[in-house]
Amino acid sequence: MMHLDFSILIDAAPYLLKGLFLTLQITLVGFLGGIFFGSLLAIARLSTNRVYSTLASVYVTVMRSLPLILVLFWVFFLAPWLLGWVKGAGRPIPVGAHMTAFITFVLFEAAFFAEIVRAGLRSVSVGQYSAADALGLSKRQTYVYVIFPQAIRNVLPILLTQTIILFQDSSLVYVISATDLLGAASKIAQRDNRLIEMYIAVGLIYFVLSFTASRLVKHLQSRLAYGRARP
Amino acid sequence: MSLLFETAPDGIHTYFDWLLQGLGWTLSLGFSAWILALTIGTLAGAARTLKTGFWAKTAQFYVEIFRNVPLLVQMFLWFFVVPELVPEALGRAIKSMPPPWASFFPALLCLSLYTGARLAEQVRAGIEALARGQSQASAALGFETGGTYRYILLPQAFRIIIPTLTNEFMTIFKNTSVALTIGLIELTATAQAISENTFRTFEAFGVVTLIYLTIALIAWRTMRGIERALRLPGGSGDEARA
Amino acid sequence: MIISIADISKSYGAFQALKHCSATIARGEVVVICGPSGSGKSTLIKTLNGLEKIDSGRITIGGFKLTPATDDLRALRSSVGMVFQHFELFPHLSVLGNVMLAQTKVLRRPRPVAEKKARALLERVGLGGHIEKHPQQLSGGQQQRVAIARALALDPEIMLFDEPTSALDPEMVGEVLDVMTELAAGGMTMLCVTHEMGFARRVADRVFFMDNGEIVETAASAAFFDAPQTDRAQHFLSRILTH
Repeated sequence: MMHLDFSILIDAAPYLLKGLFLTLQITLVGFLGGIFFGSLLAIARLSTNRVYSTLASVYVTVMRSLPLILVLFWVFFLAPWLLGWVKGAGRPIPVGAHMTAFITFVLFEAAFFAEIVRAGLRSVSVGQYSAADALGLSKRQTYVYVIFPQAIRNVLPILLTQTIILFQDSSLVYVISATDLLGAASKIAQRDNRLIEMYIAVGLIYFVLSFTASRLVKHLQSRLAYGRARP
Repeated sequence: MSLLFETAPDGIHTYFDWLLQGLGWTLSLGFSAWILALTIGTLAGAARTLKTGFWAKTAQFYVEIFRNVPLLVQMFLWFFVVPELVPEALGRAIKSMPPPWASFFPALLCLSLYTGARLAEQVRAGIEALARGQSQASAALGFETGGTYRYILLPQAFRIIIPTLTNEFMTIFKNTSVALTIGLIELTATAQAISENTFRTFEAFGVVTLIYLTIALIAWRTMRGIERALRLPGGSGDEARA
Repeated sequence: MIISIADISKSYGAFQALKHCSATIARGEVVVICGPSGSGKSTLIKTLNGLEKIDSGRITIGGFKLTPATDDLRALRSSVGMVFQHFELFPHLSVLGNVMLAQTKVLRRPRPVAEKKARALLERVGLGGHIEKHPQQLSGGQQQRVAIARALALDPEIMLFDEPTSALDPEMVGEVLDVMTELAAGGMTMLCVTHEMGFARRVADRVFFMDNGEIVETAASAAFFDAPQTDRAQHFLSRILTH
């Protein structure tokens, strides 16, 4: 049995916290951007306009079929060219690893949130549209005040679970050398030759955070269940 | 696309051969892990539905741990940490494995246990979706626990969860890409390698993207075929229950 | 205000739900529409607030003309209120919120004004004490009364009822019919699709009998129940009145 020395964690803590900060940033950006664009995609798929609905469907299907690592590499490769084209520079402009990560996760998660939001929209009974219609609410008002609040509420636990998955998936930015929590742990592990302690520690940190979050979601789920109507 | 037929630096193989190799690793890892995961997941999922007992607790432990640690972190733990924590003799044996097997086996164990934990929860959900009456009827007929699960509950549960199983089957092939971080030259790693050798990044990644899309399509079609084959005449009986 | 339905038809694909229906309804009249299922009753009243578009013909409601081509229905929706079989209250809003939403968003009434009116209406239907509750916490009868208040909040000239008591347990039907009776007594123009023949007999001025997409017979309520003219109406009445 090797001699394990976890005291290195004390010195490493600040650096790990910096890494955790990036992890949380990626999670937050992915969540907000993902839900926003995902909702747009979900609405596009329900649209009567064939072009919109097909484009949205293709986007969602493709994004959900590709490994996240591959998408990270694509964005890493294409973003500089796109930026260069937009700014008329004629050559690729470097985009940092952080920005690459943010862009990737927004694009990637949008596809997953789109499916969840779509399920949410379908869970709202058709009669609600009629009732809102009969009251004279416009299409936009109907979606904003009646449909979406119910749709999101119905799938909130699933949305949050997907966010926990997003939190875990953020560790893949390792492949583009971004210093998130895992990246930070990895750098220290290699610098001080303390792979075992660092990887076990980081595993524990992820575990505690994920586990706590999923327990909170379960708790929320039981509180969200609407009271049943009295007979 | 002409890229595929150019010769690689070693002078003998073409990049097409590289891609085939990478694809080979992706598929072998994916399929083997799927079979292991399905076995583990079914047992753990069934165990989770037993309310009390050693197996139920163990299964719960297993599922909670393997679902709450990122796949990549698990990969690193299997590759870097496990060989150091096991008894000396076993550790030396592991470390003396030649690449690519040194990467393949940890990846296989990692992916199997990770996916198994996810499948366990899905199997559990499927079993719990069945009316309680099914286990009662089974017990009344004289089945013991094992028989109840094997002949009554699991066959029905699987039909219910086929859509989520399909999703998981497609996911496992995507997850094989994570093994590139511990040195397995699977499909995505091959794209990287070709890109580094030829600087034709767009083509290299483009071809690999198309291959992944094809894998996804075939996986999806296969599961649909299985779903159709398993479909019960007259529906699943859920209609009557509602 | 008069409602004039002139030769309207509507099809869903190959199935014709309404076949050349015509009728007029005077201000303050209470009309009950009855008939076997599938006869087009719900479809007919839904054409009156534009929830269903007509394929041909014309509907005139007061000054508003509805044709197959009509698109902007907002003005119409404020003067025609609707109550649904399954209540369709908004579960994420409180009872008060439900009755206020359209007032503030569609009619753009200031919140205090909308709230005052909502409270008054909820009192009127007997639910003043349940203002902060959510629909799921109320019984079916209570929910339907909230739905009536919600529709009345927009000060409609006409109220449409699509089988308002069909989804209720028997002991709650009365409380909803009481509200509808009081509304009728107050002079509201009402069209009700219902199976409640007692209500029809007591409260309705006229009865429209529909079968197979057509308005087969219209008569004063008492006359209809005592002496239906057509065979189909006689057949229908004999079927449902022998329980």
